[in-house]
Amino acid sequence: MSDKIEEWDRVIEARKPERPKALDYINYIFEDFIEMHGDRYFGDDKAVIGGIASIENIPVTVIGEQKGKTTKENMERNFGMPNPEGYRKALRLMKQAEKFNRPIITFIDTPGAYPGLGAEERGQGEAIAKNLLEMSSLEVPIICVVIGEGSSGGALAIGVGDKILMLENSIYSVLSPEGFASILYKDSSLYKKAAKEMKITAKDLKKLGIIDEIIKEDNILENTKKAILKDLKELLKLNKNELVENRYNKYRRIGKGEEDDIK
Amino acid sequence: MVIDKIKKVTVIDTKANTKASDMMVGKWIKCDNCKEILYKEDVRNNYSVCPNCGKHFRLSSRRRIAQIIDDGTFEETDSNLHTTDPIKFEGYTQKIKLLEEKTKIKEAVKTGFGKINGINVAIAVMDANFLMGSMGEVVGEKITRLIERAIEKHLPLIIFCASGGARMQEGMVSLMQMAKTSAALSKLNKAGLLYISVLTDPTTGGVTASFASLGDIILAEPKALIGFAGPRVIEQTINQKLPEGFQRAEFLLEHGFVDRIVERKDMKEELYRILKLHNY
Repeated sequence: MSDKIEEWDRVIEARKPERPKALDYINYIFEDFIEMHGDRYFGDDKAVIGGIASIENIPVTVIGEQKGKTTKENMERNFGMPNPEGYRKALRLMKQAEKFNRPIITFIDTPGAYPGLGAEERGQGEAIAKNLLEMSSLEVPIICVVIGEGSSGGALAIGVGDKILMLENSIYSVLSPEGFASILYKDSSLYKKAAKEMKITAKDLKKLGIIDEIIKEDNILENTKKAILKDLKELLKLNKNELVENRYNKYRRIGKGEEDDIK
Repeated sequence: MVIDKIKKVTVIDTKANTKASDMMVGKWIKCDNCKEILYKEDVRNNYSVCPNCGKHFRLSSRRRIAQIIDDGTFEETDSNLHTTDPIKFEGYTQKIKLLEEKTKIKEAVKTGFGKINGINVAIAVMDANFLMGSMGEVVGEKITRLIERAIEKHLPLIIFCASGGARMQEGMVSLMQMAKTSAALSKLNKAGLLYISVLTDPTTGGVTASFASLGDIILAEPKALIGFAGPRVIEQTINQKLPEGFQRAEFLLEHGFVDRIVERKDMKEELYRILKLHNY
């Protein structure tokens, strides 16, 4: 798609049911993916998938937020909205990746963390917070790819890494344009305006320094594979200290404010 | 009850102020919990807690610091930081200016160093009066700088949380402050320093999903609203009314996400006792 496309059209594109989902990427990019289940505390969240696999003979841990392509699949996957146990499963697998020195690749695609009663009872906020803290200092490379809709803390919870990639027509936002419009414009029908003002496209976010690379969609799965491989090889050259220190600095410089002029 | 209060007012007021008009204007508040009419001065002298029902009213960052930090020991840091309006959101900088004038504070958090019964601490206090205590780049940056300085100076860290979440007007830059502050706390952890998080009304959204939930010890004020998703969003999702007390401090205690609920009058002493047991 060209640069002329309106922001809202990208939102529609990013949410399209027929767009490739996390499992499509995983099955195409990696060999012998073995899925692992459960957070060891409460249950297995089907909105988050994870396991081990390899890419060009490099063993990796892969994690993804999984939406469905049909209503039935979406019901099963809770429309890609994780509960706390989904984030805790992801963290369990990531800590394991660190133990066995495997790089981590995550695929982000969620309308947000599930805002349900049980999710609150089981500490949705704590689960997300814990992932942010742990991911910031894991001593293995982390590559995060926003493949569709990356919304809010529910996306960030598997999105702290060394390289943040975005598909050309994916979006990444602090909340949905609809939510933004209803809160800030007090008019939910202004979602198109919100989509424009919020700076949620790959191009805008690259300009803001929030993401590192944009993946073209002419050959969506193959391009994503190439981008991941390129970054992976680069990151594997760094030692653990460099890796963690670079990651810290990457987030450290986002949004620093400005000192007042001396009066 | 009301008449008692009026009598009391007359006594206090003749001492402090002789103007009759002052007695009537702006000196009364109604408790939004028990509906009792209260004399402001009484509430203030009671840690801004309703003397009738114990409701903890929201506190400004300035008054919170006065309650917790030893007199004359607070040194504020980074009070001169302002937002760069990262996504150039229409009307945002004007709104900030208006709020600065109205609230007499510059941002939704005050950070600095001070003493609690003589013990040096690094402290951040959020202020719900400023854009609902929302976290944008300034809040994230001030807290991160405070954490980094706490590590340099080997000081324990205390954060009083009060926030509606990420500051939407700053787009994704605000979301990233969750990652930035959490990463800094990871360093604090590795340095072996104590972090006490105190959750006050309200602590929700991106702040709950970052530093608020990451304390070694997590305290909460009675009845404070604490959660990730807002109650209205949850009601719309599940299509039913939420049970009484849902997402209140007591609910979180019951579900294992808070260590202790501490009344405001006991907070300073409680913090002091915890600090001492960590050899500060």
